[in-house]
Amino acid sequence: MIIKQLSVFLENKTGRLTELTGILADNDINISAFSIADTADYGILRMIVGRPELAAQVLKEKGFTVKITDVVGMIISNRPGGLHKALQIISDNNVAIEYMYAFASGESKATVVIRADSLQKIIDVLQEHKMELLKEGDVIQV
Amino acid sequence: MIWNEHYECMEREELLKLQGERVKEMVKRVYDTVPFYRQKLQEAGIEPGDIKGIEDLQKLPFTTKQDLRDNYPFGLFAVPQPDIVRFHASSGTTGKPTVVGYTHNDIQMWSEVVARSLTMAGVTKADIIQVAYGYGLFTGGLGLHYGAEKVGASVVPISGGNTKKQLQLIEDFGSTVLACTPSYAAFIGESLVEEKIDPRKIKLKSGVFGAEPWTQEMRAQIEQVLGIKAYDIYGLTEIIGPGVSMECQFQRGMHIFEDHFIPEIINPDTGELLPYGELGELVFTPATKEAMPLIRYRTRDLTRLHADKCQCGRTLVRMEKCVGRSDDMLIIRGVNVFPSQVESVLLEMSETKPHYLIVVDRENNLDTMEIQVEIEEEFFSDEVKELEGLRHRIKANISSTLGISATIRLVEPGTIERSMGKAKRVIDKRNL
Repeated sequence: MIIKQLSVFLENKTGRLTELTGILADNDINISAFSIADTADYGILRMIVGRPELAAQVLKEKGFTVKITDVVGMIISNRPGGLHKALQIISDNNVAIEYMYAFASGESKATVVIRADSLQKIIDVLQEHKMELLKEGDVIQV
Repeated sequence: MIWNEHYECMEREELLKLQGERVKEMVKRVYDTVPFYRQKLQEAGIEPGDIKGIEDLQKLPFTTKQDLRDNYPFGLFAVPQPDIVRFHASSGTTGKPTVVGYTHNDIQMWSEVVARSLTMAGVTKADIIQVAYGYGLFTGGLGLHYGAEKVGASVVPISGGNTKKQLQLIEDFGSTVLACTPSYAAFIGESLVEEKIDPRKIKLKSGVFGAEPWTQEMRAQIEQVLGIKAYDIYGLTEIIGPGVSMECQFQRGMHIFEDHFIPEIINPDTGELLPYGELGELVFTPATKEAMPLIRYRTRDLTRLHADKCQCGRTLVRMEKCVGRSDDMLIIRGVNVFPSQVESVLLEMSETKPHYLIVVDRENNLDTMEIQVEIEEEFFSDEVKELEGLRHRIKANISSTLGISATIRLVEPGTIERSMGKAKRVIDKRNL
């Protein structure tokens, strides 16, 4: 149920992100979802990609600072109240979220990527409430 | 006005004779009381009796900042600790400060040379002098304070910072003299404009500025905005503090109080003595200091000396504004900063690499320091709070070691230029 996310440290420099997407494109690696946390001087790029180990390797070779982080992908319904319902379950069970980002996958569903201190607890709680979770094999199709 | 005509206008022949006597006495004294110097002189094959006059000074070995560090804290003191009445210190390269001690007589002598300096800037007992140098281990605040009291001026010991209060007292007390670092003087000037204080309502007439390098352009700017005449004062903690030399009203260099601080200019590479007028490293022998006399202390400041008589009537040699340093020390907001200090902080922290770049600039007339630091790959976290926490830890460690704050910028590993030879660690954009 745990999926691998790629995190990259990026200085705020023109062209740096383009350089990265170029490397992934050259290696035929698809980006399913991403978000950037930015500060004044640098950003942290977080991505869900197909073949994360390969992506990490090629980026490191090109001098990027990369880390593979465990996250959970939670599938919710793409309609009003969908996110609220899921978050309510998480907060009722006192699990703190470090960060999250989401993308819609088709008309009826959306996927929320969550990073938390205790991922296993989130997984347990969500499964208890019959919430659908993203499996590693699902990523390429996302 | 001349504070001490006897010494400041002495015939040079007579002055050289006096210097000779003082060096002779001092060498004998340190030989007897400072084991470090006894050993150093013995190694050089010199007996105190070999020093007969000022011409023998160049036979003596140099003292360096490293010697001060090696003898931290009290190893170079020539008197027992109970005779010390005050300590001062300046930041050193290794996190350990350079410590100096003063006896009662040293404080008297220091007050005397600062009184001479202030008199050069036209300060009299009728003046109100606002001392906005930092008070504390830094020599600026207390050094100016005691000299100003000796002159009999009314001292406002406000110390540095709190600019609103500075302006308020300039206005309400009618301060006539401002003493601080030139960059702070410029900042006070700008704040005056911002606060829309009418320059005609303030009574400042002169400024005594030093402790950091500044340009003629900056002088003109400060003089214009504050409506004052700005004077340059020079000094260094190891020798005494401010008051080693000072500009007179003709501003043709700073007169060195040579009866106490004997200057020489040497070739920094060979140590060879250079004649007046040539550019080299300034060396001082503070011969009359009781607590910590030093033999031929290398300041690392590069300048020239001129001995022709000044229109003011003083016969004391004049030193030009220092044109640079023969080592890598930076002076930022009046504080000595060595790039190696930054390196030692980063080396102590496992999360960073010792690759860094210091960018010094001057914004709104205040020095700024940014340190670019490469993060260690294995400590890269994808959570902003972790990285920001790291940045703040670096900032705190830097500020406690350097004594001044810096902006920390985290950069990607491998992006700071590597060099096979001497790494480029500093970009100084201040054009001093």
